Amino acid sequence: MSVIPSSPDPFAADRGGPAQPLLSVSGLVKHFPVRKGTGPKRVVRAVDGVDFDVLKGETLGIVGESGCGKSTTAKLLMGLIERDTGDMLYDGQAIGGRAMPWRSYRRQAQMVFQDSYASLNPRMTVEQSIAFGPKVNGVPGRQAVERARALLARVGLEPKRFAGRYPHEISGGQRQRVNIARALALEPRLVLLDEAVSALDKSVEAQVLNLLLDLKAEFGLTYIFISHDLNVVRFISDRVMVMYLGRVAEIGPSDSVLAAPGHPYTQALLASMPSLDPDNRTQKALLAGDPPNPIDPPGGCRFHPRCALAEGVCGQVEPPLDPVMTLHRVACLARQPGSGHSAAPAQVLAA
Amino acid sequence: MTAPLTAASVALDGNLAAPPDAPEAFVASRGFWGHVGHRLVRDPVAMTAGAVILIVVAIAVLSPWITPMDPYKGSMLRRLKPVGDATYWLGSDELGRDMISRLMLGSRLSLFMGVTPVLIAFVIGSSIGILAGYVGGWTNTILMRTIDVFFAFPSVLLAIALSGALGAGIFNSIVSLTCVFVPQIARVAESVTTGIRKRDYIDAAKLSGASALTIMRVQVLGNVVGPIFVYSTSLISVSMILASGLSFLGLGVRPPEPEWGLMLNTLRTAIYVNPVVAALPGLAIFIVSISFNLFSDGLRNAMEIRQ
Amino acid sequence: MTLPTAPMVPAVELTGLRVAFGKTQVVDGVDLRLERGQALALIGESGSGKSVTLRAILRLFPAGRSRIEGHIQAAGRDVLALDKRALSEFRGGDVSMIFQEPLLAFDPVYTVGQQIIEAIRRHETISQADARARALALLERVRIPSPERRLDNYPHEMSGGMRQRAMIALALSCRPQVLLADEPTTALDATVQIQVLLLLRELQRDLGLSIVIVTHDLGAAVEVADRIAVMYAGKIVETGTAREIVRDPHHPYTIGLLRSRAEGALAKGSRLETIPGSPPDLANRPPGCPFAPRCFLAGDRCHREMPPVAEVSPGHKVACWHTEDAAAAYRAGPTPLAVEMA
Repeated sequence: MSVIPSSPDPFAADRGGPAQPLLSVSGLVKHFPVRKGTGPKRVVRAVDGVDFDVLKGETLGIVGESGCGKSTTAKLLMGLIERDTGDMLYDGQAIGGRAMPWRSYRRQAQMVFQDSYASLNPRMTVEQSIAFGPKVNGVPGRQAVERARALLARVGLEPKRFAGRYPHEISGGQRQRVNIARALALEPRLVLLDEAVSALDKSVEAQVLNLLLDLKAEFGLTYIFISHDLNVVRFISDRVMVMYLGRVAEIGPSDSVLAAPGHPYTQALLASMPSLDPDNRTQKALLAGDPPNPIDPPGGCRFHPRCALAEGVCGQVEPPLDPVMTLHRVACLARQPGSGHSAAPAQVLAA
Repeated sequence: MTAPLTAASVALDGNLAAPPDAPEAFVASRGFWGHVGHRLVRDPVAMTAGAVILIVVAIAVLSPWITPMDPYKGSMLRRLKPVGDATYWLGSDELGRDMISRLMLGSRLSLFMGVTPVLIAFVIGSSIGILAGYVGGWTNTILMRTIDVFFAFPSVLLAIALSGALGAGIFNSIVSLTCVFVPQIARVAESVTTGIRKRDYIDAAKLSGASALTIMRVQVLGNVVGPIFVYSTSLISVSMILASGLSFLGLGVRPPEPEWGLMLNTLRTAIYVNPVVAALPGLAIFIVSISFNLFSDGLRNAMEIRQ
Repeated sequence: MTLPTAPMVPAVELTGLRVAFGKTQVVDGVDLRLERGQALALIGESGSGKSVTLRAILRLFPAGRSRIEGHIQAAGRDVLALDKRALSEFRGGDVSMIFQEPLLAFDPVYTVGQQIIEAIRRHETISQADARARALALLERVRIPSPERRLDNYPHEMSGGMRQRAMIALALSCRPQVLLADEPTTALDATVQIQVLLLLRELQRDLGLSIVIVTHDLGAAVEVADRIAVMYAGKIVETGTAREIVRDPHHPYTIGLLRSRAEGALAKGSRLETIPGSPPDLANRPPGCPFAPRCFLAGDRCHREMPPVAEVSPGHKVACWHTEDAAAAYRAGPTPLAVEMA
């Protein structure tokens, strides 16, 4: 699709080479104050010390229950809310710093929101919405519109039929295609998809997932894919990060994390997916009750009040995110040698 | 057509029959205002109200040339003629001036006093409100608290107090009425803008690197102007009534200029002699203001986007 | 009234149900039967008419704007023949309903306990204390922790999953025979969803409740339902036991739904099989099978004539001209069924 200008070489803008993470996040923290009556000042620890890398060309899936901080993380990554502390490096350069000011970062990182309707201006045609980004970045009007049409065609919407339509005149799946086209209009390298397919019907979801795969290959994109649906995440992600109450519980290759989960929470998440096997229906829910509130999270391991493996030590020691296998790291004392947990594997003696 | 499935559906089949192979119609979108116009045209109430407004505006514009008699020329002999009089179709006032001519000419000032303050307040109020709503934070708090002070007074009282302080006259009336409407419009503009600001598409626009000013101009303005405009049109009737009230109290238009509120005032003494004639200016105010209200209701309905 | 245990009278029976809003025929000839004590899932995508079918059982539409035809029998009553009084007695009494959003079912200014007690006393003459005891038992029944305290909570003081349970308790307050559930778990986290699904299953088993659950998620349907009915464009295209639908589908639409699921992908990163195109405009229905324009098996006849309902095995009904071809295609395994999206 040569109609879309200057995209095909994904590494044209590359600096640090393929081994350097595209995005590197460390110590990311965001607390929101809660004002409730006259009581002591309390905070929602929405994101509370999160570290991860996003490698070039990969898809990183982020999963977790509501309140785990995945959406806040998304907003922090895009600068839609300000972080309290933490470092974010884009291709080796500090975002918001002199070398990579937010404005230039945003040209390389775009986002697709969950609500396809709310994320399009109801008073703008589809084409105007897509062309808006390029226009404010200095692309002449005529050219911006042409790019918008080319992108519409690329996401499977015939420009003749759809360019002049308004968001309420098209279906949810079509709107989400428009949102994807809008995100691509600035030729980003990183696209953050925040529950981007969650609101769609299953058959439409499949169409959009296929589209995302195609676009990724074609434009050399890197995805951060946030979802609560483990099946979808398993399908699309190379690596998966599981979040719980503002922290990373487990991160690693999706084959490894979702096939042999190290964290009891990941196991519980997997067990709560409907089985789709009438002869082998789920008999017992591994987790009781609702996801806890990120106000005043429990001390020690945040999961210990709901955990089947919890022991005394779990309430006292906050487990570090340590590797159990190459690239697969788990924040659970029961998986870490020498942690004091009775189920912990024996200490491996260094050879 | 499909074979009917049940007896009950047979009767209906005729209703349901759509042209089986009608090609999918992909009409180019009308655009937002196109849609609004399209729906407005099909709203009989709004259309009637609109027609009344148009007629009154036409009369107001043309009145110097089309009044049947001189609206200023009185006659001591022909005072307070009843409605249906051979010479004075709608009667004559307490100084023997032709009512119909005075009502026609009076529509000029009445409309002017109704529309002008709202128009000025629309510009000032929405600027303040949109700014407060979009910027938020302290700017919002300071602006809106200031605005709230004005809300502490009933609008009639505020208008009278301001006019009283500024002195009588058309210009001063307009100033005081504008001051009454600015806070109201600003309040609406602020709440609409605050609602819009939290929508995802504003976030998306921020992500594309647009400046706050561009976002306000391109993304926010189009979405907030409509609702503010609708609200403002509903204020026109209030403005007309308040202006009439000021004239009635002698704070607005001065005699002998015909203005509906002032006419109502001067005819007040005749209410026992000829109540119908005395009520005519009030009726005119009522019809025009209700027309503005109905039209703005229709406009609001037409602007609702159905998903 | 027939005896509730009479095996011949089904819990819910819809015959030739048609519901139209204006010119839009949203439900177009639905025949459905739910035996007592069974759970049936109505699945389909948005706009398929599944929710409207469910709401028709309680006649939950404004009278002026909708037109219902056909026959609806639920809990031994002819629903369309009920007068206003009988209808309000019937709603919540014989048949009750739970929704996706529990906050809409509760009045925010009363406590959950007050609302359950009120519901009980509206349908029965019973003392306040007895009603409260029953409300408490209901909260225990739906497994709300510390029910005594929760009885005095306002709806907004509860978490999402807890509210959903409280709404189920409210729905059960008058010992209904049939429970209708409209997307009851869609807004919930997966970890909470499975708990609610298990609860529904438990209620069906322990109370002998008949359940109709509407969902767009095949997985959720399989977890609770004995039978599944697949809806498309206002028609039921396939009904059968959950096993028949998942293992041996005979309608191309059902096959498409199964195949487009992410867990059914051949390999990670390989393309998903999709159903091309989008559902038809219900106000402008094409003749013939409504799925024909998107179907990989569609022939001339499919575009002309609506297929009759064929019974491929006892109780397994499919509305398709090509049931055998479809079933064979499914058994042959995942092969590219259709060209890419429209």
